[in-house]
Amino acid sequence: MSFFESVVVITGMFLVTFGVRFVLFARAHKVVMPEFVEKALRFVPVAVLTAIITPMILMPTKTLDLSWHNPWLIGGVAAFTTGVWRQNQLLTISVGVVAFFVAKYALNF
Amino acid sequence: MRNEHERKETVEGSLFYMKRGAVASIPMIIGGIPFGLLFGSLASNYGLSPWFAIAMSSIVFAGSAQFVALGLIALHAPIWVIVSTTFIVNLRHLLYAADLVKYVKHLPMSVRIVMGFGLVDESYAAIRPMYGTGEVNEKTGHKAFLGSFLAFYLMWNTTTVLGVLSGELIPGMSEWGLEFAMVATFIGIITPYLKSKPFWLCMLSAGVSSLILFELPNNLGLLLSAVIGVCVGYCVDVSLNAPIDSETKDSKEVEL
Repeated sequence: MSFFESVVVITGMFLVTFGVRFVLFARAHKVVMPEFVEKALRFVPVAVLTAIITPMILMPTKTLDLSWHNPWLIGGVAAFTTGVWRQNQLLTISVGVVAFFVAKYALNF
Repeated sequence: MRNEHERKETVEGSLFYMKRGAVASIPMIIGGIPFGLLFGSLASNYGLSPWFAIAMSSIVFAGSAQFVALGLIALHAPIWVIVSTTFIVNLRHLLYAADLVKYVKHLPMSVRIVMGFGLVDESYAAIRPMYGTGEVNEKTGHKAFLGSFLAFYLMWNTTTVLGVLSGELIPGMSEWGLEFAMVATFIGIITPYLKSKPFWLCMLSAGVSSLILFELPNNLGLLLSAVIGVCVGYCVDVSLNAPIDSETKDSKEVEL
């Protein structure tokens, strides 16, 4: 990628990222959210984050892999179970990461 | 009462809340460390200039979108695809802003600009619940948020630089599976929401859709799955909670 292209990519990414995060803050004193929008928006983090990670967990090689030889699945299930069972983020992240690396390297799947 | 108020106004009081915000972010900062290292090392593995990776982390500052952009750059995608995908991947931050509007509307514009720049999943997930528990209020919450942002920003940029350097020294680093740290962090953000049926169904529908729609180009599957998840969650929520006045609400929405 040329220097010029790099500058355009970074500028473009900055503008859309900052724009999305700041637009409502900029008009914060005037923004009135319709009730149904506020209700629907509550589901966005769960929906988007799930849509990002589900293919990573279940299709690490671009095809569906539901076997126990898939370290992504083992790590994901371990983190998810821990997260639902105990609402502790540090524990959720640690258990997931440890399970993933144990499955990937120690068990040599 | 008055002394307490004065104390909170002092610099010491600000530092107290900034520290509190930074401490609340520690789990996600730890989850972010391998992720930042991986970002830097992937960028150098793809043959991108170290300055490009560092500029992206310091100027754009958007963890998962930076990875998606790297992947698209590796595929030689056109610039408009990279930028519009970044927009879609970050659209969720609009929700966080919408949710925080009530806590920032009285703040000076300069503070809002910094908070907007730093509005990432992790800081939102760490600080937002503190308003609910009363640990912070509208006078102190932004200080906690800035503390969380600074801690996260420092970690993200440090690990990006370290990742770029180690990526050049240890070429195989991108094969280690460090991106699993992001998966684990996102699971850590999702699971506290799963306390009612609408959120479970939102998650399940978004997850199943993302697998079915995986083949769609330019991350369109991600966008559609997110929309499906939000619609399912919202519809289940409405049908469960407001069976009596749902008729009037529906007709209002049609008019919109």
